[in-house]
Amino acid sequence: MTWLGDHLTDVLSLTGQHAYLAGVPLVLGLLIALPLGWLASRYRVLYPFLIIGTGLLYTIPSLALFIMLPLLLGNGVLNPINVLIAMTIYTVALLVRTVADGLGSVPDDVNQSATAMGYKRVRRLTSVELPLAVPVISAGLRVAAVSNVSIVSVAALIGVSQLGSLFTDGFQRAFLDPIVVGIVACVSLALLFDVVILGATRLMTPWQRAAEAST
Amino acid sequence: MINRILAWLADGAHWQGDDGILRRVSEHMEYSLGALLLAALIAIPLGLYVGHTGRGRFLVVNAVGSARAIPSLGLLFLAVLLLGPRFPGDFAYLAPTGLVLVVLAIPPILSGTYAGVGGVDPAARDAAKGMGMRGSEVLRYVELPCAMPLILSGVRSAMLQVIATARSPLWLAWEDWAGS
Repeated sequence: MTWLGDHLTDVLSLTGQHAYLAGVPLVLGLLIALPLGWLASRYRVLYPFLIIGTGLLYTIPSLALFIMLPLLLGNGVLNPINVLIAMTIYTVALLVRTVADGLGSVPDDVNQSATAMGYKRVRRLTSVELPLAVPVISAGLRVAAVSNVSIVSVAALIGVSQLGSLFTDGFQRAFLDPIVVGIVACVSLALLFDVVILGATRLMTPWQRAAEAST
Repeated sequence: MINRILAWLADGAHWQGDDGILRRVSEHMEYSLGALLLAALIAIPLGLYVGHTGRGRFLVVNAVGSARAIPSLGLLFLAVLLLGPRFPGDFAYLAPTGLVLVVLAIPPILSGTYAGVGGVDPAARDAAKGMGMRGSEVLRYVELPCAMPLILSGVRSAMLQVIATARSPLWLAWEDWAGS
């Protein structure tokens, strides 16, 4: 493991780059998936189209997408924007279903009570339905975070540097240390994302802590 | 660009033969289904055991969480470097690729299975015991059928991931070319 000691600053900067490429799309994807998921849960006719359509996006091979986006958008292959867009697409693919199911899991009588108390549609959505859907949405977000961290590493094949660069570097030199360090760093980064999402969920759902304390 | 894609697709030479699309698709399906089957053979019995006995639940839940985070590209390269030289011919690529696909497919199936068995209504389980079923019969006639929807949804998401990743042999060919 002397390799790690010699390259610690490199590994850390690659980790930072990796966190940026995986984390920003997570937020953007959530922002896009929220209205789409709401549409799917509100208008049942749209549900299968939106769910199957966005689900199919996830089966686009990441390497193909990384190579195709620069051609479609007309910017350079090395431009990290391509990776950000590709990862946002994957995040949306995973989250639309979760958001729709999360909003759908809000009990009907809760919605009716909110309406009876005078909540209009938008305010009912933001202050009753969305908060109650947070646990389900956060579960989906955790899956998306882990999958993003893993998929971003593929972008090393087209030369965008992040932790995946350690894999290609190690593979080309038939040298195991960078690959092992890269895998461990990826898993740690995924765990860190997981902890952040769990923490945020706890802050946003105080009633669940109250329920835990009383049982 | 769209025109070029259409022209490429319309050219019969791209569809038939050893390098044709049809052949590629069928190879892709073979890898994916094989890996999925193998993963199911490992993950479903293990998930049933953990769900039925409740033993090792903590361990399995955490292992599944971190296994999902393993980047398949890194694992693939590691597997090729470690396993590649031990297998002759085509297996030098197939064995590591298969391993990666199986590792990728296990977590969703495993978590679907133990969550499915763990989520079976305790009343149904008690009723089965009350009717004189033994542990293995409860598992086979009550827990397994009740858990089936979740198990299959696990298999489904595993299939999605495997199919989206099974192009790995392609990466390798590409890497070889890029490295040489």
